[in-house]
Amino acid sequence: MTKMSAGMKLAVVAFAVMLAGCETKPPPAPPAAPPPAPVATPAPSIVPGSAEDLRVNVGDTVHFDYNKSAVLEGDKATLQRQATWLAKYPSVRVTIEGNCDERGTREYNLALGARRANAVKEYLNSLGVSAARIDTISYGKERPICSESTESCWAQNRRAVTVIASGASS
Amino acid sequence: MRKLTPTLLAALAAVLGMLVPAFAALKVDVNQANIQPLPIAIPDFVPVTPADVAAGQNIAKVVRADLDRSGLFKPLDPKSFIDKVTNINIAPNFSDWRIITAQGLVTGSVAMQSDGRLRVDFRLWDIYGEEQMLGLQYFTQPANWRRIAHMISDAIYQRITGETGYFDTRIVFISESGPPLARKKRLAVMDEDGANPTFLTNGSYLVLTPRFNPTAQMIAYMSYIGRKPAVYLFDLESGRQEKLGDFPNMTFSPRFSPDGNKVVMSLEKGGNSDIYVMDLRTRAVTRLTYDPGIDTSPSYSPDGKQITFESDRGGTQQIYVMNADGSNQHRISFGAGRNGTPVWSPRGDLIAFTKITSGSFRIGVMRPDGSGERILSDGWEDEGPTWAPNGRVLMFTRTIEGGRGSQIWSIDVTGRNERRVATPGDASDPAWSPLIQ
Repeated sequence: MTKMSAGMKLAVVAFAVMLAGCETKPPPAPPAAPPPAPVATPAPSIVPGSAEDLRVNVGDTVHFDYNKSAVLEGDKATLQRQATWLAKYPSVRVTIEGNCDERGTREYNLALGARRANAVKEYLNSLGVSAARIDTISYGKERPICSESTESCWAQNRRAVTVIASGASS
Repeated sequence: MRKLTPTLLAALAAVLGMLVPAFAALKVDVNQANIQPLPIAIPDFVPVTPADVAAGQNIAKVVRADLDRSGLFKPLDPKSFIDKVTNINIAPNFSDWRIITAQGLVTGSVAMQSDGRLRVDFRLWDIYGEEQMLGLQYFTQPANWRRIAHMISDAIYQRITGETGYFDTRIVFISESGPPLARKKRLAVMDEDGANPTFLTNGSYLVLTPRFNPTAQMIAYMSYIGRKPAVYLFDLESGRQEKLGDFPNMTFSPRFSPDGNKVVMSLEKGGNSDIYVMDLRTRAVTRLTYDPGIDTSPSYSPDGKQITFESDRGGTQQIYVMNADGSNQHRISFGAGRNGTPVWSPRGDLIAFTKITSGSFRIGVMRPDGSGERILSDGWEDEGPTWAPNGRVLMFTRTIEGGRGSQIWSIDVTGRNERRVATPGDASDPAWSPLIQ
């Protein structure tokens, strides 16, 4: 998600709308409409210091190995960007949401999600972000973003997401 | 069938043509892995006035369903009955019941009293011994007829198996609805047979892992209300919800002590989860574990002297036991894979748990010293067992592969009689009440 262009995002939205449309009973098929041509409108500008800025331009999510809570090498650059961004917007406070895949028992995953959120908090803190600006919450396995029982889905669900609690520009 | 009369056992042996010294093969012993369900006839209860017909049918229907669900009895089809019971105060035609292979017979009557209460009488007959084994009478408000039916089932179960029943009990659980990526979870209670479901929260915030106190009046559970996950108490009588204590971080995985005066739970601090106990009268909090591993899922032994819990302090999620003051913490699970969610049986003899091996989650039991491990269920993801108050049946959450939701299932501690529990829609995290007083 971190490098997704605005154009791609629009395309994704259009696709989602089409899918949603398909779920209701379609009327008798009209002649197939040509797919909408890609529109080259400029991306709506993202407000610097906003939640969208953090999500799109910085990257709000890091992932974990199964049953593990260590920050992965490949995610350290994302957390470095988060730390730099938080230094630039000192009034922003964040909550780190720790999540797990479905392949763990409920209570253990609540504890594991807390471990993951805290691992991100400690890493950001080591990069100079004050711990007082960072809250954590664990959702265990209760907030998946992918519902298939496959390794690729589970990998997506094992994540910590940095969300703005207060102080964002809008 | 410890409590069956020698006469009945002799008659059964004669009918089956078996020469069985001490009648060993004819016991309905709930401990045995393979038993033949006992054929039992339960005609509709006799209405004393025409206004009592429906109550008589309804009560008999619930008793039949209870005994059938136990797996220990085979209620016979009322269409096969030859003898018609019209007066429960005279002995039945035993030979008519033997013809349809009934070994037990339940007769009952229902009468609305002039004071507005329902009077229910029933008798349990030994068809081969040709004698009454049990006769009881109940008075209740008509709206309570289901409880009377369950109490009759419990009395029959106890008379014939020698074990306390579990039909007059309730289940607290999490009701689930909505798409896989936006599940709505509500706190709910229902009767053990799925009747009378009641929703206690509205689904606007996440709730998890509810457990009854010993009087079944109070529920400890975890709530995300206000996005501050913490253990709460729900008082069923007043409907009042109360956050338990004021901790800076997440509290979770609560469970009452056997005397109901304490709640043991996990508290997370700085990413590490340890086990604490709070005295509900003084609100004093005592920390029980101190290691840097995850410590959670605490559950008291029925005498309140020990606590079983899970910890990954040794590298993987495993089951431990400690004294109630936190001393003598020692690991008891050493088999393959990971083991979690230990729950001590109300009888004290076993600990039920979730066993995780190469991609499968199953319910198992072991002795409190870790010996005698047996795996009971075989789902794709079964977890979180809860015991019937007699320690003979377990319920648990079964998650269906592919984001297709969760169900509650039950299984006997023998590994027999695995069946889905009736719930209003998807459901998870069941906790069994004690027998209702």
